Amino acid sequence: MSKVVTQIKDIAKKVHSKILHKKAPELKMPLRALSNVKYDPKDGYFEIIGKFKIRALTAGTVKTFAQTLRMMALSKNLIETNDIATKREAYYVSKNWKEAAFNIQPESDTVMDDVESMMMVNREQIGFIPEEKGGEIAGKLLVLDKDPDTKKVIKIDCTKMGSGAYSVPSSVEDLKFETNAKFILAIETAGMFQRLVKHKYWKKANCILISLGGVPTRACRRFIRRLSENKKLPVFAFTDGDPYGFANIYRTLKVGSGNAAHINKFFCVPEAKFIGITPQDIIEYKLPTHPLKEVDIKRIKDALKNDPFILHHKEWQKALKQMVQMKVRAEQQALAKWGLNYVIEKYLPQKLKNPKSWLP
Amino acid sequence: MSKDQPIAIELAKKQRDIGVAEFFARNRHLLGFDNKRKALLTTIKEAVDNSLDACEEASILPEITIEVIDMQNERFRVIVEDNGPGIVKKQIPMIFARLLYGSKFFKLSQSRGQQGIGISASVLYGQLTTGRPAKITSKIDPKHPAHYYELHINTHNNKPEIQKEEIIEWKKEHGTKVEIDLEGNYQGGSQSVDQYLKQTAIVNPHVTIIYTNPKAEQIIFPRATEELPKHPQEIKPHPYGIELGVLVKMLRMTENRTLQSFLTNEFSRVGAGTAKQICENSALLPTTKPKQMTREIAEKLIEGIKKTKIIAPPTDCISPIGAELLEKGLRKEINAEFYCATTRPPAVYRGNPFIIEAGIAYGGEQNAEGTVNVLRFANRVPLLYQQSAGSIFKSITSTNWRQYGLSQSNGAIPQGPMTVAVHIASVWVPFTSESKEAIAHYPEIIKEMKLALQECGRKLSIYIHKKRHIQAESKKRSYIETYIPHVSEALKELIGLKATEEEKVQKMLKQILEKTRGKLEKIGIDNPDYDEELAKIGKDTEENKIGEQNE
Repeated sequence: MSKVVTQIKDIAKKVHSKILHKKAPELKMPLRALSNVKYDPKDGYFEIIGKFKIRALTAGTVKTFAQTLRMMALSKNLIETNDIATKREAYYVSKNWKEAAFNIQPESDTVMDDVESMMMVNREQIGFIPEEKGGEIAGKLLVLDKDPDTKKVIKIDCTKMGSGAYSVPSSVEDLKFETNAKFILAIETAGMFQRLVKHKYWKKANCILISLGGVPTRACRRFIRRLSENKKLPVFAFTDGDPYGFANIYRTLKVGSGNAAHINKFFCVPEAKFIGITPQDIIEYKLPTHPLKEVDIKRIKDALKNDPFILHHKEWQKALKQMVQMKVRAEQQALAKWGLNYVIEKYLPQKLKNPKSWLP
Repeated sequence: MSKDQPIAIELAKKQRDIGVAEFFARNRHLLGFDNKRKALLTTIKEAVDNSLDACEEASILPEITIEVIDMQNERFRVIVEDNGPGIVKKQIPMIFARLLYGSKFFKLSQSRGQQGIGISASVLYGQLTTGRPAKITSKIDPKHPAHYYELHINTHNNKPEIQKEEIIEWKKEHGTKVEIDLEGNYQGGSQSVDQYLKQTAIVNPHVTIIYTNPKAEQIIFPRATEELPKHPQEIKPHPYGIELGVLVKMLRMTENRTLQSFLTNEFSRVGAGTAKQICENSALLPTTKPKQMTREIAEKLIEGIKKTKIIAPPTDCISPIGAELLEKGLRKEINAEFYCATTRPPAVYRGNPFIIEAGIAYGGEQNAEGTVNVLRFANRVPLLYQQSAGSIFKSITSTNWRQYGLSQSNGAIPQGPMTVAVHIASVWVPFTSESKEAIAHYPEIIKEMKLALQECGRKLSIYIHKKRHIQAESKKRSYIETYIPHVSEALKELIGLKATEEEKVQKMLKQILEKTRGKLEKIGIDNPDYDEELAKIGKDTEENKIGEQNE
C-alpha cells in the first residue's frame, strides 16, 4: 500500500476515534502562508516553520470538514486505482456529493491544497494534477520524454519549433535533458518571448528561452529547477519592472510561495538571478513609464513588511524603496522605444555582461 | 335693483344670524356625519361616550346595552341604554335637543365628551334624515318616576321642541335610554360599529357592553375588572393655557372682586405670590376689578402671564388605562408573540396636563406583509377615522423603527407583523375637528408619543434580535445536520465503516455538535389571554374590503 494511502487512513482513523469518544474531531494541516515560512539563503527557498491550522468540527466548519474528508476519500480512491484527476475533474466529481458539492472550483482547489499539505506531499502524489498551463520553451535544448503507450523515448528538439514553442508538461519528474546552452533566460511576458524567438536570440546568445506567463506554475518551476541542476546552467529572470514582477513572479520562481509552503523545497530555483527590468534600469535606459497604482504601492509595502525573502535582501529593499520614490513602473516591452531589436542588440547583452546591475 | 339706493343696504337685507343648528345641519361632516356608514357609528359613539362619562362620574360600573335595528331602506334605529345616574327632568330636552349645551365644555377634566355637541348632533341628524323625533327615557332614582320625551331640535333658534312628554313605568333603578332613527349604512371592517365597541371594551375593561347588531346577533363584552378607573379630578385652567377670548369671558363671569383673588381662585397653580408676580409683570394693580377689565387690559394680563414662571399644572387629575391593562387588552385581541406597553409620566401642552400610553403586539398571527396596524385612543375612546391626519400617526411615522428591527421607508409607517396602540388621556384632548377623529399636532404631545413608542421599540428590538438569533441558530443546526451524513460517508469510504458503525458516527456527531451549542430556546405564540371570538369581531371580510371607502 502506498505511503500516502496509509497516511490518509491514519488521519481518518483518528477522526473516527475522536468521534466515538464524543470529542469534536480535528484535522491538522500546515498553515499555507508567508507567515509560516522562513528564508535562509543557504537552503535557498522558503522553508516551512511548522505553524499549523486546525480545522475542528464546529457548526461553521462542518461543510468544509466533510468536504475535506471526501476529498481525502477521492484521493485514496485515485491512488488505489492508479488513476489521476485534474483539479477541474475533482471539482466535477464533487458534484455527486449533493449538499457537500463545491460551488466553484477555487473552493475545491483550496480543499485539495489542504489535503496535499496535510500529507506534506506534492499533489501529483495524491492523484491530482493541475490543468494549468505554464512554461513555453525554445532554444538549445533536447527534451527526452516517453511515448505514453509504448514508453519509447521521444526526443523533442526545442530549436525546431519554428515560430512556436515546446510546452512544459504538467509532470516533469521523468524528463531528461540534453543541451550545450550557456544559460536559461526566464521571461515574464509572452510578447517578449515571441520577439526573442522570432529573432532566434537563443542562437545568438546560445541559451534556452522560457516563457513564464506570469507567476510560474509548479511544473514550470520544477522544470527549470531540474534542467538547471542537471546541466549546471545559470538562470536569469527577465520581468516587467513592477512590484508584481519582483515580489510575485521572480520571488516565487526563486524561493517558492506561501501557499506551497510545504513543498517549496522542490518547486523553486534558488540559483536564479534577476537581471531586469530593475528600477535602476528605468532610469539608465530612460524607459517610458506608467505611474504606480494603489495596488502596486500596497504590494511593495506588503513585501517590505512581510516577505521573508525581501526582508533578507537589502538590495531588494533598496530597489523597492527606490520604485516607491520614483512612483513609476516600466514594462519589458518599453525597451522598444529605442528600436524593436534594442532588447536583443543592446539591453540583454549589456545586462548579462554586468552582474552588478542584477538583483539577488 | 334700485340705482339710488346703496347696494350695501340691499345686501344688508340678506344678512342675518345663522342658527347654530342650521349651521351644523349644513356642515354635518364637521360633526362626523359625512357619510351614512360614519353617521351610524358617530351616533352610537356619542351615545356610548355620554353613558360612560355619566356612569364614571357617578362611580357606577357601567353596563351599556346597544341595539341597532335595520328598518330597511338604509334606515336604522339605534337604542342605547345605560345604568347611569339618569338626568333630571328639566335638563333632558336641553341635553338632547340643543347643540352646544353641556357640562363638560366648561370644566377641565378627563372625559370622553367635551364640547356638548355630540348627542344633540345625532338627534339633529336623525331628525333631518328621517323626520322622526329622538325618544329619551331617563330615571334618576327608584323613588322617582321615569320621564319619557320625544324631542326635535328647532334649527332656527337651536331650542328643543318637545313632541311628547310623559311619565312611564321603567323597571330600571336609574339610567338613561336614547332611541334615534337615522339614515345609515351598516358594514363590518376596521371602521365599523362592531370594531368601535370592541376597542371600547378593550380599553375600558370595567365596562360591560351588550350589543345587538342589525343582523340580530347579540355580542356581549363582559367586564374584565370590577374596579372603576381612578376618578379623574376636575382642575381649574392653568394660566399658560388660557386664550384671550376665554380670559375675557372668565373676567366677566367671575365673582371675585380683585384681580389678585381672581387669579388665585380661578386658576390652578396660582398662589398669592404668583398672582402678585403676574400683576407686576402685567403692570396691573392686584386690586383691579376684574369686571372692569377691558379687552386691551386682558391682553396685557396674558403678556404678564407669559413672563411669569408658574409651576406646571397638577397631573393627578388624569387617569390612564395603565400599561398592564393596555397590554392585556392587546393580548385579548391579537395573538402575537411579543407584547409590551408603557405609560409615560404626565406632561403638559398649552397648560393642559396629559398622559401618553403606548403598547405593541408583535409577530404571531399578524400579517408580515404590509404596514403595521394602528389603534388610536383618546380618553379611552377608540378613534377609527382619519388615521393618517393626527399626531399619533405623525409620531409613529417620525419614529425610526428600523433601529428596532422593522422595515420602514423614510417618513412612512413601518412595515411588519405588528399592532401599535397609542392612548392620550388629558383634561382636554385637542382634536382637529368636532368629529373628534384626529389629535392636533402639538409638539409636546408628539414628543411624548415618540418617547412612549421608543420605549416600546427598544423592548421590541431586544425581542426581534433574540428571535433572529434563534432563527439563525436553528438554521445553523439544520446546516450541521445536512453535513453530518457526508462526514460519516467519507469515513465509510476511507476506513470501510459498516452501516451500523456509520449510524453510530452520525449519532455521536449530532451529540457532539449539540453539546457545544447548548439548548435552543423556544419562541412563538404563548398567549393564554387570546380571545379568538373577540378578535373576529369587526374584522375585514373580503366583501367589505372591496366596497370599503375610508374617510
